[in-house]
Amino acid sequence: MAEFHEISPNASATEKLVNWVDNRFPMTKLFKEHMSEYYAPKNFNFWYIFGSLSLLVLVIQIVTGIFLTMNYKPDAALAFGSVEYIMRDVPWGWLIRYMHSTGASAFFIVVYLHMFRGLMYGSYRKPRELIWIFGCAIFLALMAEAFMGYLLPWGQMSYWGAQVIVNLFSAIPFIGPDLALLIRGDYVVGDATLNRFFSFHVIAVPLVLLGLVVAHIIALHEVGSNNPDGVEIKATRGADGRPLDGIPFHPYYSVHDVFGVGIFLFVFSAIVFFAPELGGYFLEYNNFIPADPLKTPLHIAPVWYFTPFYSMLRAVTSEMMYVLIACVLLGAGLGVVKFKMPTIFKAAIVGFAVVVVAMMLAIDAKFWGVVAMGGGVVILFFLPWLDFSPVKSIRYRPSWHKYLYAVFVLDFLVLGYLGMLPPSAIGGRVSQLGTLFYFGFFLLMPWWSRLGEPKPVPSRVTFVAH
Amino acid sequence: MKTIGFSKKFVLALVAALGLTVGAQASEGGHPWDKAPNRTNDMAALQNGAKLFVNYCLNCHSAAFMRFNRLQDIGLTNQQIKDNLLVTNGKVGDTMKAAIDPKQAGEWFGANPPDLSVIARSRAGAQGSGADYLYTYMRTFYRDETKPTGWNNLAFPNIGMPHVLWELQGDRRPVFESVTEHGHTTQVVKKWEQLSPGTMSPEQYDQAVGDLVSYLQWMGEPVQNARVRIGVWVLIFLGIFTFLAWRLNAAYWKDVK
Repeated sequence: MAEFHEISPNASATEKLVNWVDNRFPMTKLFKEHMSEYYAPKNFNFWYIFGSLSLLVLVIQIVTGIFLTMNYKPDAALAFGSVEYIMRDVPWGWLIRYMHSTGASAFFIVVYLHMFRGLMYGSYRKPRELIWIFGCAIFLALMAEAFMGYLLPWGQMSYWGAQVIVNLFSAIPFIGPDLALLIRGDYVVGDATLNRFFSFHVIAVPLVLLGLVVAHIIALHEVGSNNPDGVEIKATRGADGRPLDGIPFHPYYSVHDVFGVGIFLFVFSAIVFFAPELGGYFLEYNNFIPADPLKTPLHIAPVWYFTPFYSMLRAVTSEMMYVLIACVLLGAGLGVVKFKMPTIFKAAIVGFAVVVVAMMLAIDAKFWGVVAMGGGVVILFFLPWLDFSPVKSIRYRPSWHKYLYAVFVLDFLVLGYLGMLPPSAIGGRVSQLGTLFYFGFFLLMPWWSRLGEPKPVPSRVTFVAH
Repeated sequence: MKTIGFSKKFVLALVAALGLTVGAQASEGGHPWDKAPNRTNDMAALQNGAKLFVNYCLNCHSAAFMRFNRLQDIGLTNQQIKDNLLVTNGKVGDTMKAAIDPKQAGEWFGANPPDLSVIARSRAGAQGSGADYLYTYMRTFYRDETKPTGWNNLAFPNIGMPHVLWELQGDRRPVFESVTEHGHTTQVVKKWEQLSPGTMSPEQYDQAVGDLVSYLQWMGEPVQNARVRIGVWVLIFLGIFTFLAWRLNAAYWKDVK
């Protein structure tokens, strides 16, 4: 606890006010800790803008969301009309709505790029595991937020997208049908579903999201930021105890981020004002038809940001199950043959594999598709314990690691693209391969990340003055 | 007599309902869409489109999210709207409701005529914009005595709606031609045969439909042109802002060695 600090009676009114507050609330202390004396590595590059942009988009979504909520009606009979009311009769309602709908897609773009930066530079590695885990939880919450928000305009895609996704839960053995009923609050998506999704979308999930964002930032400021070289700047300190390669976040990165915000808002506004539908990717054409429970659209596609995971869901067919069973058996076999361990552990591995295979044979492939879709996100949480590379950053890894990461990105994009298309024979095969690669990339990481000769890591960051 | 009436109505409804589903499928790969003219900035065209819309479409279709007085945006005064476009003794602040009861319409055509407020936005697809679809659709009705209404449509095969603009366009029939391409034989429209003349020449009719479709496009999002105009200023502002932020950033960072 800080001492009560008396200030000179000659001090200015501002100084007196600040002193008054500081004696009661750690205002200056917080500002110093998180801004003016938070030392960030000076070698951040382009990829480091997406963290603060995510925060900006979060603020845009919350503020526009507040105004949308003032005019939106969460009622199956009124919802579609109330969105059009916002678009036509509410002053500047169209701008608020387009900012919110474009913001949803923008959120995923900046978050995907932010996550990819973490993946490239090993920002999830010790001691930043919790930052990564909080971040993955944010991603999961964001998906829930986007999914439930998408039901609210009550168009055909809103309705049938929710119908398809909620029905997936009914594939879970034993509890599935009851769980789906609990989520919908009805036997089909209806008024009850709309009301509860609205409640989750405007208050429950945003609260969780905000809490996680605070935890993400506190954890980050506790250990300090990583950088493109993966060098710990705290290891090299000057006489004053400050990291030699660190610069105060404020003003250096605050002006840096303002510049980034300018570029981002330029692109964002170009979409909002000139192409708010973005060719059907940000606002789907079918969603301008009011929800009709009796008319199923021919092709139900989720919004683009869910499609990589949707592809994984569709990839798991009963045929694919045999491939997955072979993978489980192969993994268990290698585990038993390759590693030295007591027989009891080997027996446990074999037993576990047998149980898993039995379940894979007994339960419908649709359920395993759901597992794959969820697993595609959940596996990210384990990344800090899958990567055994001796170096953090891609810069000092063997060159072929870069190609592997490039293939991973390509794989993710192809899965996303295929997820938007109606199912096809060739597309199905490609997404099956893509799904195997996606999971292989993570599950085999403990092995491949050790392979190859890493390049020497410098003791200081590499930086060229601007 | 009663049973015949019922079964006839039932068949009619069934055909129309089937037509809706088949039509939706056919819109993916059927008749190619023509490019619609964009006259959403042309007040005279929009006013003519609004007149056609109120006279021909609003009898069966509604535009429930569109208020009559929004037509001030296309240069009409409240008095003009009241005198020329309000058919009943409604108020200019009312939304555009259909003249017929939707329930009756459902019985007559087998399906409720859809609301047209955002029809141009919802009908866009891989083949073009929603306006392109509507422009093609309104110009490809043809006489088909095998259909309950006596009308069929190339962009929307087996449609339940009769050709409401037939007096303007007259009766027409497409002449098909078999075209073999990559081993697939498809029926392509070679030309149109005019069976009886309409009150408009084909050119005049295309102009009128162009106006109507531009109106529908405008009505789908009345703010669309204002949005673009504001957007230009927003981008100019952000361009200057970003330039200043860039220089400010450089001024600070020149100290970082």
